[in-house]
Amino acid sequence: MSVNNTQVKHIAQLANIPVTEEESIDLADDFTETLKIVDQLKKAEVKKTEITHQVTGFKNVFREDIVKEEQSFTQEEALANAKATYKGYFVVPYILQNKDN
Amino acid sequence: MKLNELTLKESIDALDKKEITLEEIYKDLDQACQAKNEKLNIYLSINSKALIEAKKASKKPLRGLPIAVKDNFCTKGIVTTASSKVLDGFIPQYESTVTERLKASGGVIYGKTNMDAWAHGSSTETSDYGRTLNPRNSDHLPGGSSGGSAAAIAADFAVAAIGSETAGSIRQPAAWCGAVGFKPTYGRVSRFGVIAMASSTDSPGPIAKTVEDACILLNAFAGPDEKDGTSNKEKAPDFTSFLDQSIKGMKIGVIYQDVKEIKETNQKLLKELEILKELGATVELVQAMDPHQAIGVYTVVQRAEVSSNLARYDGIRYGGDRSNFGDEAKRRIMLGTFTLTKGYADRYYNLAQKVRTLYLNDYKELFKKYDVLVSPTSPSFAKEVGASFSSPMFGELEDMLLEASSITGLPGINVPFYRDEKTNLYLGANFIAPMWREDLVIKVADAFEKNTKWNSWRNK
Repeated sequence: MSVNNTQVKHIAQLANIPVTEEESIDLADDFTETLKIVDQLKKAEVKKTEITHQVTGFKNVFREDIVKEEQSFTQEEALANAKATYKGYFVVPYILQNKDN
Repeated sequence: MKLNELTLKESIDALDKKEITLEEIYKDLDQACQAKNEKLNIYLSINSKALIEAKKASKKPLRGLPIAVKDNFCTKGIVTTASSKVLDGFIPQYESTVTERLKASGGVIYGKTNMDAWAHGSSTETSDYGRTLNPRNSDHLPGGSSGGSAAAIAADFAVAAIGSETAGSIRQPAAWCGAVGFKPTYGRVSRFGVIAMASSTDSPGPIAKTVEDACILLNAFAGPDEKDGTSNKEKAPDFTSFLDQSIKGMKIGVIYQDVKEIKETNQKLLKELEILKELGATVELVQAMDPHQAIGVYTVVQRAEVSSNLARYDGIRYGGDRSNFGDEAKRRIMLGTFTLTKGYADRYYNLAQKVRTLYLNDYKELFKKYDVLVSPTSPSFAKEVGASFSSPMFGELEDMLLEASSITGLPGINVPFYRDEKTNLYLGANFIAPMWREDLVIKVADAFEKNTKWNSWRNK
């Protein structure tokens, strides 16, 4: 199938990836080229075939719910790589805005 | 001869006999890297305390020897970027299981190696920190995504290296650089602390100078890990115990894909495989499923898992924001998002996972008749610098002979089987076996390596 740049812009929004108008045109071409190869899958006979999500066959892998101090970060460690912190918190972008603003 | 050119086994033996010292090894190694790293761009960073750490580890199994580590393994206190600007300057607060065990066994992280950004590629040309060049011939690419680790071996920038593979990322660069690359069974090695790409196929493993070296290194870090729910609970075997074994009576199937691009490589491989018959194995041509559909399965599954794994990079807790992603990462995240959206998930994602089942069934049938299967690792020799920009599917097409075994979790080893005298470039053979049967691929790959002339360290 082919993909147009309007679709690309929609996908960009869903994936939270900023793309320019020019990029969206190039990406549409790239996606069309890639999907042409992927579309060969349609030739496969899979009516009675089950889906494989993982190959190990392991099921319900649990561990004891115990806190291990040596595997836990201190507050300082957790914040060490953040670009912006405030009084020991991460600074995050606004999600809700005051309607007067 | 410079001491950095020794294999891991030779280095251990020579240290034990007190013929050489760690200082001498590190001196030669430092000199080699100072002379050539700027041009080849193999290491993104070099550990300035390596020799100090080495001396403290000299009594342990790996004797304090220098190991190159791909930059997608989190290393506490050492910058880890996965070659992406998004993680520019990121210093992990914790250690990956693989590098933790490496250090506990006396391996020293000599440096972090360049890779395709986020491991998205097969060229090491999509790195945000510039491409790596192939030490065998610097007009050519090293392959990828573990191109820096494979190049570190070819350039003798380490005694052994660690890479990771999702579909070809250990074996293909090893093939292009004339080295040994060992992808263990999915789940044999913990993924904890490896920057995630496609979680259902990511497999860390060694890139080394010989099969023996790869086994010694894998012994250091394979085995169960409670920090990774997908790791096998069974203890890993001693991989070196499968070396120097007879292959008499073993049944080896040669997967002969009738694809134009690999015709010449196939002919060369068939000629070299004659030696396995002389060693008592049976060698027969077999038909396997068309590799083209595996490209489709891998492309869809990998993009989907990438879009979900890379959703966490929002620049709040660490790293930069999402405008820092390079072109290849953007393409993969967005295509993955697309194939998972309503209306397309059935058409692409679910269909791909069904065809994945067909490949599992195909191998199940083939392994009823054969112990080990073999094919070329890559369709041809290392491509020239710049080649990866030719198609958005460059990596998938270069890895077409590896994708089927990757999406099915099988173990595989690349060993060199040909060298072109004019270009000094290599071809590699990929030996695969059923899940958890690393013993079978080690036996055959080791026998092949020791009875042919293509390993450049064994045949100096």
